[in-house]
Amino acid sequence: MPLRPDEVETIAHLARLSIDQSLIPEYARDLSAILALVEKMNTVNTDGVEPMVNPLEAVQRLRPDVVTEGDQREAFLAIAPAVEDGLYLVPRVIE
Amino acid sequence: MHDKTIAELSAALAARELSAVELTQALLDRIEAHNGTLNAFITVTAEQALEQARRADERIAKGEAGALTGIPIAHKDNFCTAGVLTTCASRMLHNFVPPYDATVVARLEEAGVVMLGKTNMDEFAMGSSNETSYYGPVKNPWDTERVPGGSSGGSAAAVAAGLVPGATATDTGGSVRQPAAFCGVSGLKPTYGRVSRYGIVAFASSLDQASVIARSAEDLALLLQAMAGFDERDSTCVDLAVPDYRAGLEQPLDGVRIGLPREYFQDGVEPELAKVIEAAVEEYRRLGAEIKEVSLPHNALAVAAYHVIAPAEASSNLARFDGVRYGYRCENPRDLEDLYMRSRGEGFGTEVKRRLLIGTRALLAEYYQDAFLKAQKIRRLIHNDFIEAFKQVDVLLGPTTGAPAFRLGEKSADPVQMYLTDVFTIAANLAGLPALSLPAGQVDGLPVGMQLIGRHFDEARLLNLAHRFQQATDWHTVRPQNFE
Repeated sequence: MPLRPDEVETIAHLARLSIDQSLIPEYARDLSAILALVEKMNTVNTDGVEPMVNPLEAVQRLRPDVVTEGDQREAFLAIAPAVEDGLYLVPRVIE
Repeated sequence: MHDKTIAELSAALAARELSAVELTQALLDRIEAHNGTLNAFITVTAEQALEQARRADERIAKGEAGALTGIPIAHKDNFCTAGVLTTCASRMLHNFVPPYDATVVARLEEAGVVMLGKTNMDEFAMGSSNETSYYGPVKNPWDTERVPGGSSGGSAAAVAAGLVPGATATDTGGSVRQPAAFCGVSGLKPTYGRVSRYGIVAFASSLDQASVIARSAEDLALLLQAMAGFDERDSTCVDLAVPDYRAGLEQPLDGVRIGLPREYFQDGVEPELAKVIEAAVEEYRRLGAEIKEVSLPHNALAVAAYHVIAPAEASSNLARFDGVRYGYRCENPRDLEDLYMRSRGEGFGTEVKRRLLIGTRALLAEYYQDAFLKAQKIRRLIHNDFIEAFKQVDVLLGPTTGAPAFRLGEKSADPVQMYLTDVFTIAANLAGLPALSLPAGQVDGLPVGMQLIGRHFDEARLLNLAHRFQQATDWHTVRPQNFE
């Protein structure tokens, strides 16, 4: 099922990806080709097959809910694009 | 000294025939001379390397050295290295200097290795040719008009060209094995969960595994030994004893059962390449192994299922790149949404964006059942095929790729053609199995890789089989002409 350009725009917005308007048809073409490849999955019946989430059938390991890391605020803020007074800076959210 | 294996260099360092500083300087000089042509390194850490080498020489002098003390290696640029640029070959991380080390990096450092730098790769490890790198493609040392494979193309090319004797890599769908095959070196993807992924930039978390590239199976064993083992910081890392990999290398192959999956010798394998693999099979027969044909009936669906699961997981993992906390940020954002949209749109390259779009779509409520769940069901069928095959044989053998390295630009315009180059490597990731590619011969002067796939946590057997083959043949010692 080919992907329409407007569907590409909707998905791009959901993924928070700006895509140049002029490139949308190219993305629609390439993504449609990938979806055609993926459609090969429909050639096999999978009724009753349990989906496999982890190749070792492992479940998530839990740990006690205790603090194990020291304060690294300075180290993390040091690599941020914009900070002020020890806080991450973003454009105004509430007008 | 640049064409020696890690085992040989380790012996020379221990015998004081060579110092770690001399070795490090010699390889830094080679990187200086050849990286302009190959583009295998994104970052070279010369000063730190020489400092590490000096410390290694001290350890050696004090008699405190291990097998890897003073051995220069390189890390793929998706391993976090404290204080050293870690770009993932993306504009998104062009300025990212991690405040911490990946567990693999820390463990190898503890073992005394010398890091020469960070290797080029496909952006976020998404690619099979190294052409999606923000820093430009890596060239194949056997023919610089050709791709080195991907995504670990920089690591493979650097090892093949004698810039470094070993390098880390990652493998999500073939990213260590396919470039190892294209560059004529040995590459091992361990079992899912064998090696910690803490500090490796995540791509597809149910598939990713830390991997390694070197010039011999023995060297892979030495590196894996230092890397493997439980790490509480990676929730998928398995708490299971690590065997002595080097001790098992010499094991005779009498009675070992090798399975040839019928599907690995049919469509998509060049006849000349198939002949190389058949000759390798004969070699194993001479070494005492029993050869048996087996079947992996769902292999043809592996690429399709992978290109749902991997992008879906990537779309979730890469949601963290938001232009706020680290990495690329667009200029003059209008508002917060514009900041997210443009930072991500400008920070990611085309292939990454394609995959994020495919993955986002697969997780939409209306497609989840037919796309993501369907792919996970097929994943189980593929996994079960292997379980059945391993009831009859101990190891599976086939070509790593259907053809040798292709030309730069040959497949980059057609993502589907690119995806299909991984048709023999993807299934091992879906099933979480260990798999190793080693040089088995040549076609038209280009290396050909043979793949061995083993049972879960049976890396020792793969290394044993590869080592015995390398004792009986010398394909792994053949070096590209312009880099001898």
